Amino acid sequence: MTADSYEDVATGKNDTIPALEVPPQDLYHAKSFITRWIFCQDAKVIGIQYALTAVSIGLVALVISWLMRLQLAFPELVPFLGPAEYYQFVTMHGMIMVVYLLTALFLGGFGNYLIPLMVGARDMVFPYLNMVSFWVYFLAVLVLVASFFVPGGPTGAGWTLYPPQAITSGTPGGDGLGIILMLISLSIFVIGFTMGGLNYVLTILQARTRGMTLMRMPLTVWGIFTATVLALFAFPALIVSCIMMTLDSLLGTSFFMPAIVEFGEQSEHSGGSPILFQHLFWFFGHPEVYIVALPAFGIVSDLISVHARKNIFGYRMMVWAIVIIGALSFVVWAHHMYVSGMNPWFGFFFATTTLIIAVPTALKVYNWVITLWRGNIRLTIPMLFALAFIVTFVNGGITGLFLGNVIVDVPLSDTYFVVAHFHMVMGIAPVLVIFGAIYHWFPLITGRFLHEGMGKFHFWVTFLGSYLIYFPMHYLGFVGVPRRYYEMYESPFITSSTISLNQFITVAAIAVGLTQLLFLYNIITSAKFGKKAKKNPWEACSLEWQTPDVPPTHGNFGAELPVVYRWAYDFSVPGAKEDFIPQNTAPSEVPDARVEKT
Amino acid sequence: MKKKESIFDLLAQKPWDPNQAKIDNMHDGATIDLSKGKLGLRFIMIVSAIFFSLFIVTYSDRMVYPDWQRMPEPWLLWVNTIILFISSFVFITTQIESKKNQFHIVKNRLLLIGFLAFAFLIGQLLVWQQLIIDGYYVSSNPSNAYFYVFTALHALHLLGGLVYWIITIRKVWKPRDIVISKVKHAVELCAIYWHFLLAVWFVLFGLMLFS
Repeated sequence: MTADSYEDVATGKNDTIPALEVPPQDLYHAKSFITRWIFCQDAKVIGIQYALTAVSIGLVALVISWLMRLQLAFPELVPFLGPAEYYQFVTMHGMIMVVYLLTALFLGGFGNYLIPLMVGARDMVFPYLNMVSFWVYFLAVLVLVASFFVPGGPTGAGWTLYPPQAITSGTPGGDGLGIILMLISLSIFVIGFTMGGLNYVLTILQARTRGMTLMRMPLTVWGIFTATVLALFAFPALIVSCIMMTLDSLLGTSFFMPAIVEFGEQSEHSGGSPILFQHLFWFFGHPEVYIVALPAFGIVSDLISVHARKNIFGYRMMVWAIVIIGALSFVVWAHHMYVSGMNPWFGFFFATTTLIIAVPTALKVYNWVITLWRGNIRLTIPMLFALAFIVTFVNGGITGLFLGNVIVDVPLSDTYFVVAHFHMVMGIAPVLVIFGAIYHWFPLITGRFLHEGMGKFHFWVTFLGSYLIYFPMHYLGFVGVPRRYYEMYESPFITSSTISLNQFITVAAIAVGLTQLLFLYNIITSAKFGKKAKKNPWEACSLEWQTPDVPPTHGNFGAELPVVYRWAYDFSVPGAKEDFIPQNTAPSEVPDARVEKT
Repeated sequence: MKKKESIFDLLAQKPWDPNQAKIDNMHDGATIDLSKGKLGLRFIMIVSAIFFSLFIVTYSDRMVYPDWQRMPEPWLLWVNTIILFISSFVFITTQIESKKNQFHIVKNRLLLIGFLAFAFLIGQLLVWQQLIIDGYYVSSNPSNAYFYVFTALHALHLLGGLVYWIITIRKVWKPRDIVISKVKHAVELCAIYWHFLLAVWFVLFGLMLFS
């Protein structure tokens, strides 16, 4: 039954809307294996390509972290690892995890796969540009990997690449190609991301299907959208600092380099400002935290809602919080620079803005918890990971409140407390969401479930193991164990108890790391032999589960695009036969469903 | 007709409310009344503007230090500026002809614009050459470094524009294969980007001139 006109719909005469008459999108059709799987323009394939590349380079960073932990606890096991290698590993671990794994996986991987499906589009608006975006990212990864093989090895400047030490000869990779390749790789990454980001933003803004208003979108899309806008605004700061530092290193300019004496010789630089680099870097670096966190916030909201069979509590506030956190993330950057000798008033301002961010963030946490309240909770593996995220994020967030205060940060800044804080809030918390998301959407991508037994083992070891690794680190920080140290001797400052604690952390880290290999095994075997999933196995409302084919085929939605009649959270609606009403179900198909007055 | 709504109205919507649902059901899915090409170009210009703004911030931070020495402004820079200005002006006339479907004129004008763009780039290289002969090396003073960086990055943006210029030329030359409106759209986008590059150059040149 269709309405005669839109006016009839507005007055409630009929409720079914005719499909939107849109000019057919020039869909790209692959003709060969190469254009189908390699230089492919289908966002779903590009998403998988992003994810595979990001996970591959992430594994390198994981192995590097094992080596670092072995050096700290059992140095006799890694005799080949000297101070230079240790700093190179610290640098590469940090940079890979933050930029090349988390950013690429959340935005490039989940963004590409989910955005068109969730908003009801056939593909991204610029599919060719999208394909180029992935290959530019791939090139950035290759350049990064190449730096392992150049004379002098990769840079060991720390992931923040602070000058002047980043480009001086005393730093590993500082006078060779290491730092240059890192700067070039980052610049390439930013260029590739800008191409992809343009696609994500435009697809969400312009290519949604009929009825999909912005405020009907799942929070996953809101998170990815806001994070992409942040990235488009923040990444220019990274590329600007990369260009200037490359020139300082190669052409002898003095943007960041002051006059210094290097190995007894006066360098050719003079008058540059290292602090200027720090400002630029953190103007990128702090929004980067939220570029990773906001998609995680969005995804976890959807996981909790679907697996608790309840609409997300305070949807509008969740959207507002995402937008407000995104905006605030641009005015807190100098809290990373409290120890740079800044004006106390400056520190006061940034401490205040930093603490204000806790308000919308806490609001989100409350809303997640209230969503669980009296929900019909299904303790599936995605739900377990989502719950673990809430706990971990609160833990990591609270230590952030400590460090946001100048007076507390100054003594703790160079200790393991900071390492524990950012690994909890920016490492473990988003990674738990990534795992939850993979378990959740794996049946959509492959048509099969991941193995549940292995999944539960993976969850418990990862969740509890992370706490065994990072909780003791807070203590180490409090007793003053400095971070960035290559070796821990027994001394009046570093006691034997901290040495044994370090060994404990290392054993836990290796156990957690090995469990990730089990997870990879699970993915590989389940993709082929896993239990077959029926259509929409989690009984979710959002559009990605409503495609005619599972896994969704090219073009996503068959002959006609879906028409959206409701938001993505119509769970447990009173009167409805089932406890979920998909977004594309017309009111006439669920005549008994009642909407409670709000 | 698409009703304009403020971002605050948008964020205040209650998507679960039955009355809101009736309005939402009629939404055609697009937020902004612009083609994807125009909107994409705007995003590129915003990102590019942020990119140059950050450079300008660091420039103004650096120039207050006592070791800052102003660069001379070779007369050729003024010539180059005029060339860029003329090419932007020619683009305005090209757009008018494109609207009138006078594609034989559009073809000639596009070629002229390309010629002017290359003339500008060669002019900038000549400025570089002159400055290097006069001993203004990139590392001799921070103001020199900024001059070379600004001109190089602006030239890179122009080269990027020339890539789209080639795409536009291909569309204009083969209008039979392509819908006419798409050709006009390509010319329009190319023109907007050219005006943007002129604006960026005015800001950068002005900054170097008056600092």
